[in-house]
Amino acid sequence: MIARVLRSIGARTLDGLWRLGFASRFFIAVLMRSGTAFSRFSLTIREVYSTGVLSLIIIMVSGFFVGLVLGLQGYETLQRYGSSEALGILVALSLVRELGPVVAGLLFASRAGSALTAEIGLMKATEQLKAMDMMAVDPIARVVAPRFWGGVISMPLLAALFSMMGVFGAWFIGVVFIGVDDGAFWSQMQASVDFRYDIVNGIIKSIVFGFAVSLIAVFEGYDSAPTAEGVSRAITRTVVNSALTILALDFVLTSFMFRGIG
Amino acid sequence: MSLSPPAEDILVDLKNVDFAYDTRPILSGINLRIPRGKLVAIMGGSGCGKTTLLRLIGGQLKPTAGHLTVDGQELARLSRREMYAARRRMGMLFQFGALFTDLNVFDNVAFPLREHTDLPPDMIRDLVMTKLHAVGLRGAWKLMPAELSGGMARRVSLARAVALDPMLIMYDEPFAGLDPISLAVVGQLIRRLNDALGASSIMVTHDVHESLEIVDYLYFLSAGKVVAEGTPDEIRASTDPFVHQFVNAEIDGPLPFHYPGDDYRTTLMETHA
Repeated sequence: MIARVLRSIGARTLDGLWRLGFASRFFIAVLMRSGTAFSRFSLTIREVYSTGVLSLIIIMVSGFFVGLVLGLQGYETLQRYGSSEALGILVALSLVRELGPVVAGLLFASRAGSALTAEIGLMKATEQLKAMDMMAVDPIARVVAPRFWGGVISMPLLAALFSMMGVFGAWFIGVVFIGVDDGAFWSQMQASVDFRYDIVNGIIKSIVFGFAVSLIAVFEGYDSAPTAEGVSRAITRTVVNSALTILALDFVLTSFMFRGIG
Repeated sequence: MSLSPPAEDILVDLKNVDFAYDTRPILSGINLRIPRGKLVAIMGGSGCGKTTLLRLIGGQLKPTAGHLTVDGQELARLSRREMYAARRRMGMLFQFGALFTDLNVFDNVAFPLREHTDLPPDMIRDLVMTKLHAVGLRGAWKLMPAELSGGMARRVSLARAVALDPMLIMYDEPFAGLDPISLAVVGQLIRRLNDALGASSIMVTHDVHESLEIVDYLYFLSAGKVVAEGTPDEIRASTDPFVHQFVNAEIDGPLPFHYPGDDYRTTLMETHA
């Protein structure tokens, strides 16, 4: 019984390590063969459209609602201490430092990451990747790399739009409905949000999440079993692994970026 | 007749080729030659290693032993760049077409031309229309793959496979799932394109009757080995038990009906014990 459990743990660990090694080699191959993604930039722009532009609705609507909730909750807490005019700072810092990159990353993984995995997985299942390879066209250079870079470019832009819509949502509920002073809302935000410390760090986070989610999505698609069940499992793995990776990376990045200064 | 033309007339040459997935042997001791300009069929039951053999010839797999040369080049020794250079002179028709589902018929056929040449759009248009005309689908250039029947998809895929006028065309089960009319159309196209392009063709199939009508030579594979070969006339006249079973679709023979297992009586007794 114990031997069986140990064998099972050993097999899972070895399998995990093998996949990690394979994913690392795949990542290097994608980087090495990214020439086409840049020399024929229209291929990458098309993917920016599929992953970025087509994700705009979910990102902007979600950002707006998160902003509304932040505005309500923030006002409810701040007015107890008589500092409701600090609502702008609270909302802006929450969004720019954390919620923007993290929630946009999670939404990006669910909307665009799953679509990338499904597309590449189905191309594999229907032998389109093999056909391309037989036509002397490298599928990693022609299919994977433009999708990867399309995701990397889209993610920070989507996170920025998410934060912008969140601030707008908080302003809408706080200033227009509740009656927080408009001038205080914007001026305190402007005075307290530091460009390098808050905004640049938020952008760095969203770029890192963009790399992670795009890599996981294209890898899971490329590595999926070429069956309906295999593609379905790959999509599930993309969403789950992306969510866990974003949250883990967020902790690591936050612990390096924000250490009680500022 | 056996295929023994001068060495320079041999395009694909396999000498004692073995192939195994990990420790599971798929092909062993394969000796096979494809002369230039000929259409050769590789036949055998499902799972006998036909498609694996085609993937070896296309360089998608490497033999575990033996020598495989295409146009004098040993594929296993080529770098990725050299392999891609060799593949530009090959075309392949996949079992279900493998058309790019996000591109229409025209763009599917234009794909290899746009990827590998700097031809102006007008010339690409003319070349694509010529290839589509050859397979009878010039009028379908606007359609998306989802709008095509199985036979039409196979013909578009055929037009794409010959877009760069290859020296070697490979067909993986070109007749699978086709109605009798589409099957005859695809069969005739394969023969006509081979002759018109002066190419050599390898067709992996288990459709014995259509193959006997169009090919120059046949190899029969069973359990990863070449068990018979000959021209269509030799195959029709063959008394070899395997060929006889295959050509006449007999359910039992050298290829057994039953999957190997324990003795039937013993199995039943065990159930009641």
